[in-house]
Amino acid sequence: MINIPSTIKISLRALRVNKMRSALTILGIIIGVGAVITMLAVGTGARQRIGEQIASMGSNLLMVLPGATTSGGARMGAGSQMTLSTSDAEAILKECPAVLHVAPVLGGVAQVIYGNQNWSTGVTGTTPAMLEVRDWPLSEGRPFAEEDVRSASKVCLLGQTVVDNLFGSIDPIGQIVRIKNVPFTVIGVLDRKGQSPNGQDQDDTIYIPVTTAQKKIFGTTFPGMVRIIMVKAKGAEELSQAQKQITELLRQRHRIAQKQDDDFTVRNLTQMMQAAEESAKIMALLLGAVASVSLLVGGIGIMNIMLVSVTERTREIGIRMAVGAKTWDIRLQFLIEALILSLIGGGIGIVIGVSGSQVLSTIAGWPTIISLFSIFLAFGFSGVVGIFFGFYPAMKASLLDPIEALRYE
Amino acid sequence: MPLIEINDISKIYRLGDIDVNALNSVSINIDKGEFVAIMGQSGSGKSTFMNIIGCLDKPTSGRYSLEGVDVAGLTRDELAAIRNKKIGFVFQGFNLLSRTSAIENVELPMLYNGLPARDRKERAAAALDKVGLSGRENHHPNQLSGGQQQRVAIARALVNEAPLILADEPTGNLDTKTSTEIMELFVRLNAESDITVVLVTHEHDIAAFSKRTLKFLDGRVVSDSPTINL
Repeated sequence: MINIPSTIKISLRALRVNKMRSALTILGIIIGVGAVITMLAVGTGARQRIGEQIASMGSNLLMVLPGATTSGGARMGAGSQMTLSTSDAEAILKECPAVLHVAPVLGGVAQVIYGNQNWSTGVTGTTPAMLEVRDWPLSEGRPFAEEDVRSASKVCLLGQTVVDNLFGSIDPIGQIVRIKNVPFTVIGVLDRKGQSPNGQDQDDTIYIPVTTAQKKIFGTTFPGMVRIIMVKAKGAEELSQAQKQITELLRQRHRIAQKQDDDFTVRNLTQMMQAAEESAKIMALLLGAVASVSLLVGGIGIMNIMLVSVTERTREIGIRMAVGAKTWDIRLQFLIEALILSLIGGGIGIVIGVSGSQVLSTIAGWPTIISLFSIFLAFGFSGVVGIFFGFYPAMKASLLDPIEALRYE
Repeated sequence: MPLIEINDISKIYRLGDIDVNALNSVSINIDKGEFVAIMGQSGSGKSTFMNIIGCLDKPTSGRYSLEGVDVAGLTRDELAAIRNKKIGFVFQGFNLLSRTSAIENVELPMLYNGLPARDRKERAAAALDKVGLSGRENHHPNQLSGGQQQRVAIARALVNEAPLILADEPTGNLDTKTSTEIMELFVRLNAESDITVVLVTHEHDIAAFSKRTLKFLDGRVVSDSPTINL
């Protein structure tokens, strides 16, 4: 029968006697727990940011690039030669069952003028399906329709950065902008998307019908030429299937013989992003592991102090044993002492860790996310550290010989 | 049935290669209500004997029964429980917990037998009253005189209503006047509450308060007789 409330009281009193010592021991745990929480917050923050960027790219994306042809034995890189066309895009949508949306792209950089403002930006000729492929809604206006593509209408959708630079506070819908001196009517504004995973401003863009781009802005070397075909697969599981179907289809359409290389490349963007996410995850784990080491060191501090305390209080232990304290009474007294040290440290460490991450995100601008899980984890871990490192000293105390202990000076 | 029944116990310590016979087949019975003084020079085996009766140590051979319970086969924790319920210790150096009030020192044995907090307070206060320290419950040992500290220790020995009090040179650190007061307290407890007192001392005038005197020499009991009052 062990009297827990009294044991806690005894432990607290013992800790109060050596205030400085207890405080320093607790400090070790505070630093450990604080570091674990901050590092986890930084790690999760980074992962979340990458996750958001991936989502902003659009999910389940494949990119078909032209090129990679062989000319005179020298193999050319992707994009080195224009081999894709709008009809390839249409065929992919029709023939590949794993594909959900297809958007051909012909774009380039062009000067855009509105009134006395001008701005150089990426102009993308594409089809309405692009908005589906990129999971990109409009914030106002309407998207251009298939009809606009067929008739090569001079209409455009503006990214937020372009709107900010050309229009300021004026409502751009219905206004005329000049792209390479060709007048276009603004019919819609794209929602703000932020940075892409490789740091580009995705909002610095203009979407126009692909036919308009081909005929009026960039020109083509053959009819229907496009630079890239963006493909959205039906789901994550269908990605590799879609990749295979597209490759087969395009080889057939481009009449590529069995032993010849592809004159195009299919890239799995989602896979690349997942690799980035994976490395962020590893970084988060690494940060957490380094922080855990400091918590471990704090635990060793507890063990050190508890061992000193057991030696100093040998006589007290002897007295307690003489009046009837059993093995676990003594053991628990020291375990609870260690646990109190580590849990107080854990509690303060949480406060420090949470405010530390806040400071980091305000001063350094790092995204930090404190999850309830990481708080519980750090607190629980500090408890485990207390018990683990308190156990040996507690053992040592409980196994003292009462006669020896009573005689100890 | 005697309270303490000791049958042919020996205790051998190994010091390096030499065996030291601290106790050499001692047999003694002590009945309930006795007041026994144990005398002898240092090294005579009286401390070892006290440790064994106090269930702090086990004999190498022989039998020891306390209230009919054979102690030899008990585990560490079972011995602790016996010390808690049946034996009160009073030491030469008082052995109180410093930075702990008198009443909390007296409560200490009750922490280890599951008594509720309120009963503990009541019984501790009653025990302090019995040794004449009521009103000093919240004094700490360093605020009390030697005699008062020893009274706190006696109250601690009494508080679980143990039938046996073992006092190891309880007056060794006290002046003559205080020693007499402490011994008179033992006499009173022995007479009024029928508590068995076993006392180790090397002073004849302290032993004189007892009713029976055992003399130890070289690990043996060399004399066992009613105390002669000088």
